[in-house]
Amino acid sequence: MKYINIDKKSWASGLENLYENYRLFGPVKNNKHHVFKELSKGELPDLNYLNTLLSPKSIVFPQSETMFEYSLDESKEDHHILKEINKDYSPRALIGIRPCDAASFLLVKRNFDTPEYKDPYWLSAYEATIFIGLACSSPCSTCFCTSAGCGPFHEDGLDLLLVDEGKNFIAKILTPRGENFIKSAGWETEADPTAAEKIIKDMKIKAEEKIASFVSTDQLKNKSTTRLYDAPFWEEIAFACINCGTCTYACPTCWCFDIQDEVSKSSGLRMRNWDSCMFPLFTLHGTGYNPRNTKVQRVRQRFMHKLKYYVDKYSDGIQCVGCGRCIRLCPVNIDIRRVCDIMNNYGSRSRLET
Amino acid sequence: MSDYTAKIKEISARLLKEEKVEMVIGFRKGTVPMMNEPCFVKTPEDIKKLVWDSNCGINLANYLTGRKEKIGIIAKGCDSRNIVTHIIENKIKREQLLIIGVPCKGMIDKNKIISMFENEINEVSENEENIIVKGEGFEKTLNKNDVLQENCKICIHRNPAIYDELAADLLDEQKDIDRYEDVRKIEAMAPEDKWKYFEDLLSPCIRCYACRNACPLCYCPTCFVDESKPQWVGKSIDPTDTRTFHFLRAYHCAGRCTDCGACERACPMGIKVRIFTKKLEKDCLELYGWEAGLSLDERPPLDTYRPDDPEDFIK
Repeated sequence: MKYINIDKKSWASGLENLYENYRLFGPVKNNKHHVFKELSKGELPDLNYLNTLLSPKSIVFPQSETMFEYSLDESKEDHHILKEINKDYSPRALIGIRPCDAASFLLVKRNFDTPEYKDPYWLSAYEATIFIGLACSSPCSTCFCTSAGCGPFHEDGLDLLLVDEGKNFIAKILTPRGENFIKSAGWETEADPTAAEKIIKDMKIKAEEKIASFVSTDQLKNKSTTRLYDAPFWEEIAFACINCGTCTYACPTCWCFDIQDEVSKSSGLRMRNWDSCMFPLFTLHGTGYNPRNTKVQRVRQRFMHKLKYYVDKYSDGIQCVGCGRCIRLCPVNIDIRRVCDIMNNYGSRSRLET
Repeated sequence: MSDYTAKIKEISARLLKEEKVEMVIGFRKGTVPMMNEPCFVKTPEDIKKLVWDSNCGINLANYLTGRKEKIGIIAKGCDSRNIVTHIIENKIKREQLLIIGVPCKGMIDKNKIISMFENEINEVSENEENIIVKGEGFEKTLNKNDVLQENCKICIHRNPAIYDELAADLLDEQKDIDRYEDVRKIEAMAPEDKWKYFEDLLSPCIRCYACRNACPLCYCPTCFVDESKPQWVGKSIDPTDTRTFHFLRAYHCAGRCTDCGACERACPMGIKVRIFTKKLEKDCLELYGWEAGLSLDERPPLDTYRPDDPEDFIK
């Protein structure tokens, strides 16, 4: 494994060099919160942050994305023909994402890249992106990454991991793309691998020790789907829910979208927008029938999808990386950690924990 | 606040024991600082989870819509006014409710407090006057009045407008409050500045509809933004559609909004959405001398007609 020392004095000049070859995206403080956005030339990412308000999923999967345009003007030869929109899939670098968010891209990939279906928009954007992680030395109290198959120094989904040592970053190169990125920036000072490895290992242990919240997931796979589905606790869990889309929009692993046509005069756009299983419209049939017509059904769907259906389908843990955003942002304090534990322990305790 | 909690528990236990209600709707302690979760209790044993403190800003009237049970509901001033509105609008029957009124000393503004500290806040406690904030390596005592939600600072109906039980003695209402300083500032702007102001205000909106869904007034079976035949509003985050949603929502709340602040509190992006509903509240006060939810005996101005209604806008 190769490690590079990046003196923070050469950080800005390195990024300057990178603009030649990449569009750069990173966290910046926007009024009150940190958000991911495209950096303009000379703009530096602000890496002094806990985590961004929303996840960086929109860099690859925009909230609203136009796919086609068309004309309804019958005097034109190509009327009523969908035409693909040209998009910028030139190389881009997502700088400073947390390991939990990096892991989420791999998780979402399961949905957008299957042997049967390949989502061209998501995949093109994903393949154009290189992922530059920032190890997490100060996890939040709502972070439960270590029990969600992830961790503050987790490397899956990353091309490069930056570890902040104060005056410098240690960059751990994880893929050839990561190596190209480093070269392109002109950061050349190699670090002694044994020493770097030791530093990172010590910091990792310290960071993991700071994780104060956990979920239990070991029993989820063994539970009967129908028993969980019919469990009496959903009414109590769903009671506070107002069925807004906050949890699903903040979530790095929620991938659902809705396709809409928007027509103005004789020209139209076909776009897709994030959708949310919390919305009644999500499952509304053309007939007017809605199979998930109540709040309890919708809340159950969200948690069953993340913590049971996904677990059963992929046998690789829960559909959650433990970033804690839904916990921090839910207007009514519905806490996935509590729900996960209730589901995991259902049937093995005499009484529900409340 | 512990005396409030004790009294709420005592009343709730009595109502459940005497079978006067089937459930009590209140708050339980949240899992993160400055958050409580709306909950119901159905048995006297579950009463212990009920709490009352300065983190009960969600409007519980929102949880009454269309319910069939006999319900005990904990109601601060604004909640009680929305309960009145709910009763007038046939969303719940007065006979179904036993209202446990809470004379309210104001709710704290979580976003404001979070923004005051660089590091994460791990624990927040309170006493009568202060909020004590703790995190790794810091502890700070804040004056509660300095960190109240904006709507609570200018609240003139802290006591419940309607109640069957009281969790504490009634409070003196705040006097000489200028409720509309912010609205007047915007009214005075030139049209283009006003437009720019709204554009900037709404630019972070992600169309999650937390503002709408936290609002007890927004109970339409299908909201106009969700209609598809015809589709009134686009569903993307196009600024025109986002603006349409916010403006129309505000108009739907005219003469009904109690400025409970649930919308603003719920917004994950921290958008000050109350400015729209406040403008309409101000108009209703100035045009009709109307404040929502104070009496069961009067219809809101926009669903009734009086011969002397102002008509200056007809030209």
